[in-house]
Amino acid sequence: MTKTVSKSELAVAALRNGTVIDHIPSPVLFKAVKILGIENIHTAVTIGNNLDSKRLGNKGIIKVADVFFPEKTLNRIALIAPSAVINIIRDYEVVEKFPVSLPDTIVGLVKCGNPKCITNNEPMLTRFHVVDREDVTISCHYCSHTVKSTDAII
Amino acid sequence: MQWNSPFNHHFTAMNTKSLVSISDIGREEIMELLATARKFEEKPNRRLLEGKVVATLFFEPSTRTRLSFETAVNRLGGRVIGFSDASNTSTSKGETLKDTIKMVSNYADLIVMRHHLEGAALYATEVTEVPVINAGDGAHQHPSQTMLDLYSIYKTQGRLENLTITLVGDLKYGRTVHSLIMAMRWFNPTFRFVACKELGMPEEYKAFCRDNGIRFTEHVDFSPEVINSSDIIYMTRVQRERFADIMEYERVKDLYNLNAAMLGEARENMRILHPLPRVNEIALDVDDNPHAYYFDQARNGLYAREALICRSLGIDVTD
Repeated sequence: MTKTVSKSELAVAALRNGTVIDHIPSPVLFKAVKILGIENIHTAVTIGNNLDSKRLGNKGIIKVADVFFPEKTLNRIALIAPSAVINIIRDYEVVEKFPVSLPDTIVGLVKCGNPKCITNNEPMLTRFHVVDREDVTISCHYCSHTVKSTDAII
Repeated sequence: MQWNSPFNHHFTAMNTKSLVSISDIGREEIMELLATARKFEEKPNRRLLEGKVVATLFFEPSTRTRLSFETAVNRLGGRVIGFSDASNTSTSKGETLKDTIKMVSNYADLIVMRHHLEGAALYATEVTEVPVINAGDGAHQHPSQTMLDLYSIYKTQGRLENLTITLVGDLKYGRTVHSLIMAMRWFNPTFRFVACKELGMPEEYKAFCRDNGIRFTEHVDFSPEVINSSDIIYMTRVQRERFADIMEYERVKDLYNLNAAMLGEARENMRILHPLPRVNEIALDVDDNPHAYYFDQARNGLYAREALICRSLGIDVTD
């Protein structure tokens, strides 16, 4: 099959097997990288940012070769990137495509903004409940401190 | 509740006999606890805790609450261990709360704890099988105070339903008024919120009222109309440290003071509550007024806490 390939398309190599996380809003791309623990992955990783997007204007994308994350892990980025879409690639084909979905409870990710919260003073995991899915507001399980996900400390 | 994420493997199901927040108990259980408190008022000394040890862990000092809980245990025939100040415990050596709770759990049948950190009591319930009663976690929850407030309202009004309750003073930071709103949601109350705009009722509690069909009005003036149409006036202390601007504090600090001259036209059944300590928001000339109830309210704390201790230990109180 012959196809004219422009240089700009060549900049990002096609993935044989792995996970593509697409449609990440540009401002939170590196937060998503952190949440997924990408820096500890030893297979090929391609990260793009400020790419043109019809939906978002600007988007970020993460391609990770040969890694298939548990859905629960992927859904953790829904907190900051509810628009993100996951593509599972096997043998160059997208075999699965789904949007991330916000879990009811988020454990061990967000730091509570209340300095007097027990979670900021005890070696323990934080836990937040989603109290408003519309504007993604979360509330600390322990001290009830409420914060919008966009302002959450990760 | 089932926890199966790899991220929360260490959580255990919360002991249902614990009491962390007033919202842990529903209408029916509130009524049962009030009935039990009444029995304790009739007969405070009952040997129901024979052989039981209750730990009172006061990481933050609180004389009033601690003495009330310890008196309750003593009057029920139980024994008390614990501390009233974390500075001479292993906490000051850097021991985690988890370790302290786990250690004490080996000794006690019930833990009553106060901590300056918010959420501490809830966390404690996750690391022990022993029931925990929250005796105050920072500015967060203090359910035994709410139970004694409810008992005081019930006792003075003969009911909890359909009352007009006026909350005065610091409605922004006052945890007792917030918990009272949560607990009264079962009883069709009408609330009046009387406060300056700096200390007004937070939006989340007003939203709670709207969601639960609770009527409320907001007032900046502590006016005769408000006083004369109330069944309960719940006073709170306006604290200087809440103000960024000291001039602002000076301006509002005396706007919400109550004195005997303001009570001439009050309803006969109206009673004045205050979680104490008071400073000058209630003038001394109110103390002997028939509407004053705040000292009796504090005594009711004993009966309410006896009832809560028996609830947590699964002890039935007959007659």
